[in-house]
Amino acid sequence: MEIIVCVKRVPDTEARIRILEGSPEISLEGVKYVTSPYDEFALEAGIRLKEVHETTTVTVLTLGDDEAQENLRNALALGADQASLLRGSTTMDGLATAKVLASEIDEKKPDMVLLGVKAGDDDQQQVGPMVAALLGYKCATNVTNFQVQGSIVTCQRQIENGTEVIELALPAVITVTKGEFEPRYPSLKGIMAAKKKPLVIKDVEVPESRLVLTGLEYPPERDGIHMVKEGLDGITELVQLLREEAKVL
Amino acid sequence: MSNLLVFVEQREGCVSAVTKEILSAGAALAKELGVEIHALVLGDKGIGSSSIELTDYGADQIFLAEHPELNVYLGENFASVIASAIEAGNYRAVMFPATAMGKDLAPRVTAVLDTVMATDVTQVEVIEDGLEITRPIFGGKVLAKMKFRAFPAVISVRPNVFPPEKSSGAGHINKIEVSLPLTEGLSVEKIENLGRQNLDVSEAKSVVSGGRGMKGPDNWKLLEELRDALGPEAALGASRAVVDAGWRPHGEQVGQTGKTVAPKLYIAVGISGAVQHLAGMGTAQTIVAINKDADAPIFGVADYGIVGDAMEILPKLTEIIGELNAGE
Repeated sequence: MEIIVCVKRVPDTEARIRILEGSPEISLEGVKYVTSPYDEFALEAGIRLKEVHETTTVTVLTLGDDEAQENLRNALALGADQASLLRGSTTMDGLATAKVLASEIDEKKPDMVLLGVKAGDDDQQQVGPMVAALLGYKCATNVTNFQVQGSIVTCQRQIENGTEVIELALPAVITVTKGEFEPRYPSLKGIMAAKKKPLVIKDVEVPESRLVLTGLEYPPERDGIHMVKEGLDGITELVQLLREEAKVL
Repeated sequence: MSNLLVFVEQREGCVSAVTKEILSAGAALAKELGVEIHALVLGDKGIGSSSIELTDYGADQIFLAEHPELNVYLGENFASVIASAIEAGNYRAVMFPATAMGKDLAPRVTAVLDTVMATDVTQVEVIEDGLEITRPIFGGKVLAKMKFRAFPAVISVRPNVFPPEKSSGAGHINKIEVSLPLTEGLSVEKIENLGRQNLDVSEAKSVVSGGRGMKGPDNWKLLEELRDALGPEAALGASRAVVDAGWRPHGEQVGQTGKTVAPKLYIAVGISGAVQHLAGMGTAQTIVAINKDADAPIFGVADYGIVGDAMEILPKLTEIIGELNAGE
């Protein structure tokens, strides 16, 4: 089975995000970058399939700048077989990204495409289902676990009030969320092996973004905290404040 | 380019709460623009019964796509029917709920129509050359304003942000022809419910959220009791630490690798307040922090705080709130 896992290099979720004063731009100076956490779940799902089906190959694919090679090497160290960097600028416009990825995926004709349900920076949650729609692949989103049997994949997807079980015929696009696929750490052997695995770089043209950023702001600040008395003594006062001042009870 | 369209999400045959919120917001926007607000309903025969409710929330035109196979949500089917309806209607913007269904569906529709989409929108404004939306990025650490260079603009709207407000629309009913794509090799088997939790943490009006300070999964019954005392629109949340520890399911996790929530009341119990968690609940209307550590970062974002042992505070808090609600 041929699997493509799409990943994105994003600022660490622990990073403080600063707005450049007077401009709709984020200051990313000194920010540590990671592979988007959801993409790590997707990669883990792909690597586990390799462990079960020996003939499976996992290709990791990203759209990004040269720095993203670091994330691809990391994916190779974790167990992916080969990597492709589509060198171009990332965009908030999900469909622009999806078109670039879909065109590469279409050349490779994989059985399965795995992505994180969303990227840890722009949180758009669009690219997976868009790639599926562009290529005519079946698609399941927000998947916590899945099983492959022959040419059918059974997915458990998280919905508001529980879990939905959906069966798809391959080829399929699956977007993965936190669930069964807790990512592993790279082994020393894996890191050494990754250096010899193929990493292809290809320059791509990313369509112009049709989503235009016009401003950035921080969430509104709160008026400050009202501390009530410690322990049991404060509870009556707290309930009274919630009822009469905040009007939420 | 004129009207606005709202996709009507149904759950067990009823119009979902978030759909009413979006219709309300859309109706106000349509009024400002001097255009109509349309509602699109997909389902089996009988979905027309929802039209009264839709009219009450401002729908001027209601489009019904009836087909037995639309009884169950399948992204491929729904996207195809919706894209055809949009193409027939020449819309300025199409609004979906930012729910599991909406987030599965709206990107597919956007791709089919080759247009542009913004996810989890919390504000929509009319500006000179169209619409400007606000949406959180980086898990809620920053709010971004954006405008569109393609139409129709596809927008998914975050639940619990816009208040549902009644306004009567013209409510004309139109039936549309349905032709479904081939969905061979695709089936939804079943939907499992988690029991009492019919309400998701992302859609609840009140959230009781627990962290490491709860000391162990057995103590969650204290949080469940508080949730029950708060009424049927309350749900449980959890910090990443307790989800990672296996105390609670991921569906309850609030924060950057979980869900972003915007309830009226958020009670954080024994949660110290990692930056990812604070981003995920920062837009709650009122935040209450209960923690035994007076220096916990959660107190930096809360409106009300109480320092103390959650095991002692929770039963008493539940009792007082329970009495209050029983007295009404």
